[in-house]
Formats: sequence, structure tokens, C-alpha cells
Amino acid sequence: MTLKIVVSVKYVPDAAGDRTFADDFTVDRDEADGLLSELDEYAVEQALRIAEAVEDAEVTVVTVGPEDARAALGKALSMGADNAIHVEDDDLHGTDAIGTSLVLAKAIEKTGFDLVVCGMASTDGAMGVLPAMLAERLDVPQVTLLSEVSVHDGAVIGRRDGDAASERLQAALPAIVSVTDQSGEARYPSFKGIMAAKKKPVETLDLDDLGLEGDELGLAGSYTVVEAAAERPARTAGVIVKDEGEGGKQLAEFLAGQKFI
Amino acid sequence: MAEVLVHVDHADGAVRKPTLELLTLARRLGEPVALALGAGARETTAVLAEHGATRVLTHEASEYADYLVVPKVDALRAAVAAVSPAAVLVPSSAEGKEIAARLAIRIGSGIVTDAIDVEAGAEGPIVTQSVFAGSYTTKSRVSLGTPVITVKPNSAPVEPAPAAGTVAELAVGFSDSTRGTRITERIPRRSSGRPELTEAAIVVAGGRGVNGDFTVLEALADALGAAVGASRAAVDADWYPHAQQVGQTGKSVSPQLYIAAGISGAIQHRAGMQTAKTIVAINKDPEAPIFDLADHGVIGDLFEIVPALTAEARARKG
Repeated sequence: MTLKIVVSVKYVPDAAGDRTFADDFTVDRDEADGLLSELDEYAVEQALRIAEAVEDAEVTVVTVGPEDARAALGKALSMGADNAIHVEDDDLHGTDAIGTSLVLAKAIEKTGFDLVVCGMASTDGAMGVLPAMLAERLDVPQVTLLSEVSVHDGAVIGRRDGDAASERLQAALPAIVSVTDQSGEARYPSFKGIMAAKKKPVETLDLDDLGLEGDELGLAGSYTVVEAAAERPARTAGVIVKDEGEGGKQLAEFLAGQKFI
Repeated sequence: MAEVLVHVDHADGAVRKPTLELLTLARRLGEPVALALGAGARETTAVLAEHGATRVLTHEASEYADYLVVPKVDALRAAVAAVSPAAVLVPSSAEGKEIAARLAIRIGSGIVTDAIDVEAGAEGPIVTQSVFAGSYTTKSRVSLGTPVITVKPNSAPVEPAPAAGTVAELAVGFSDSTRGTRITERIPRRSSGRPELTEAAIVVAGGRGVNGDFTVLEALADALGAAVGASRAAVDADWYPHAQQVGQTGKSVSPQLYIAAGISGAIQHRAGMQTAKTIVAINKDPEAPIFDLADHGVIGDLFEIVPALTAEARARKG
């Protein structure tokens, strides 16, 4: 039996560049260079490792996003995923996390899955809610924020390092997992991988294919409204001193002036 | 008056500080009704009443400790049905966000996460967030359903506001889906005796420049009553535990004072500390981007400067 693994990934503006909002308070994706969210590389990596550990597995990458988002799928395919699904529709512009989770859940259900692997959060919205939302929508176990994950005998097991404790988790497949940046460095695509990726199938779906209506999604169907977005005023320039032997003392003076000591 | 449901984060009955901050925010929106779950839930009621809870709903069951996230979602769902609140406030911990996310889907409501402020508005609560590594501030509201809002620690003061705190047992039904993910083992984190990183008023953090030795920073932290944080570089080098990592993939902190020693200040780090009230930087490299954020920066060797500061802090305290 083929273990069917679906990796959910996001195409995000590069965090190293200037990120801004468009006039409708959606993330401006025209002004910034985009790429596969760094945190989703860990998800692709763990999916590939799980696939490599079993006899027969298929890794499908899925994303929801504009035409450019295909670049994120390309990166995942060049790392070693087998095929990809791109959900693209003009009506998706401005969709919030609730809507995105609906679209992803429909796409994942349509392709079929034993295991869905997600990153811990996107690097742009950074809500970290999507894996839990997918589990709720698909009504399968949620095994999330794992720093270690493996699949044995139809069950997923993993370690979740929480604030108060480190927990070992176990759930029967099918299940949703999310992995943290502690789960293991993502591989770099090889030249061979990059060449092979060009020939791998990418299926494009629109809302109609998923049985969804445009007005359920996008800005119009959003469950949240952004009313204002303002650039945070630059911090007023502080005092920078070179330590000439008194740096620690001067710092203590500063902290005493602020009543910290 | 409208009621506002507050999900209580507690450890065996000891209420964590962010929950008390939520009660302060909830009082701006209506009458706070607190929901405490699991072992020790009934011991939370006195402190919740002192901080403004007009009612406290409790439910104790082994499921809350034995299965991940979903039992708490079931309980919140039951509480929303029983209370019909004007909003639901949940602490913005990793687990809190997951609980809130599932609740929002289940009750068909919008969700806003990682609030740094919440105010009453004509069309429902107005939620302030800090986004894009702290470079933008947004104001949002939920436009469909009962607003579900997760709030970051240190977003509001803890204020005594004695209220009735009438205790009632909540009826919660579990299903097979509740028991999907079993917690087979729990290894409690060893306490450092220092304040919780996200809740601390002062954070002393170290990075690559610490070169493997956090003892000088720990000594300063103890002199200031501070928590110790670490950059990703320091955590990746195994110099400090991941639980103490500050930044995009670690904790996001908003203390009164953040002291960054030997941290260059990459965007991923700034994402986790940029909202600190006062920022102090100590770094050998005058070009380090952390100096752009600093209210007071010292260019020099942290192994000289930090111990001198620690000695001064101890002397002034003593």
C-alpha cells in the first residue's frame, strides 16, 4: 500500500526584503520577492524522510496562491516531492486563514491522504493556526509542533516540546502533523533534483474544481477585516557608546535612570 | 451587560499571569466569565474572582491531560453555547492558538491571533497586532460570528478588580475525535527558578557572541530578576535550550527591558523582541543591526561589560 503524504506549503514574501501592505490591507505580493516559506522546507524534509523510510510512498505538495506561488511548488519538487497541486483562483485574493484552511482541506480531500505534513507557521502571517484548522475540518488527529516525527505500523508518533513539558504523542493515520525548525535541516535541491522537477506533474485547480463558490472566499468572504495598517514609527535613535572601560558602569547609569535597577 | 469568555491557562490550579492580563482586557469588553479545565481547575476560582471574573466555569476530567488540544476545544465549544459571549479571549501560547483556531472553525467565527491590545469598538472588539517582524501595526476586527482572539503575554497590566466569581460546573461531552492524539509521556521541563521567558518584565538574551558561555548572562539575569533568552544561533550551537529561543521560530517577547548581548539582530530575531519597551545592545561589531533598535548600545566585549553591569546592579540593590 502506498503511503500517501501531502505537504501543505506557502509562497511568502522574502522576510529579508521590505514587506508592505497593498491598499486593501492584503500583503503586497507584487512589491516583494517571493519564495517557499523557510518553515515549510522543514515540512517537505520530514515528508521526504518519512517517505524514504517506508517501502512505498508518494509525496504531493499543495499550495493555495497566485501564479507566482508555483515557484514554491518547484522548490519542493526539486527537493524530491513527486507531484504538486496548485490551487489558483482570482476570487482567492484576500482570503484569511479560515478560508485558506477550507480551500486546502477540499484540495487535500480530493487528492486523498494518509498523512498531511505542515510547517509550524508561515513566515509572513505567522499565525500558526492552519494545521489545527485542517485537523478540525478533516476530522483527523492533530499531531502538531513536532521536533521529532516518524510513522510506524499505521501510526504517527512524535515529540512536542511545549513550554512546561516535552510530550510524546501518538495517533492513528490518517493524521495531520506540523513540524518545527528543530525537526532537522532541510536538504538542498541537487542539480539532478532541479532538472527532474521540471518534468514532475503539477495539477492546477480552481474553486470550481473544489466545489467552492467565489463569494465564500477572498476579501468578501473573509471572517476578519483589517481596518488599518501603519508602519511602526522607527525607534528613536538611542545612545551608542564605545566601551573604554566604563561601558558597564554607563549602562548601569542608564538602567538606573529608567528605574530598572 | 455582555459576557466575555476567558480561557484560563493554569498549572494544577496556579493561574499563569497572561490569563490575569486577559481578564483586564475582557473587562473593557464586558463581564469576564472564566473557563478553567483539568486537574486543579477548582483551585483557580479565588484568584480569577479577585481579577474580575463574575463567573467561573470549571470542568475536571483526565482527558485534558491525556489527549492533545481537542478536549479543551470541546469544553470551549460547550462554554460558548452556554454563555453566548460577545468574544472569546485565549492566551497566545502555542497550545492556546491551536485551541482558538479549532474553536473558530467549529463555531463558524473569525479569529485574530497574537493581539497586543484589545479595545471595545462599535462593531465588536478592535484588535491591535504587530506584524512583519514588528515593522507594522494593524487594527482588525472579526466580522463574522463570535470573535475569537488570542492575546500575547505582557499586552495588558494585571489589575485587581474583585468580582463575584460565582463557580459553576460546565457540562462537557467528549467524542471519539476528542481522543485522537494520545499524550503517551510527559517530561516536565526542569525549572530554572527564573521568570517565564514570555512573561518576564526583563529579558537578558545572548547570541553568537556569547561563545558557549551563558554564565555571565545568567548572573546578570539573576541580579535583575530577569529571564534568560537566546538567539537561534546560540540554540543551534546547543549553548542554550530551544525553549528559551527568542525570535520567529521561538518565543516572541514584549518585556519592559530587553538586553541583547552578542546578538547581531537578524530580522528573524527582531521579529521576537522588537516590541520591547526599552532595548539595550552590547556587541563587538559597531555595524550590528541590533544597534538600530537600541535605546542604549555599548560597542565592546560583553565579557567585560556584562560582569561590570552585574556588579553595579547588585551594589545598587544591596
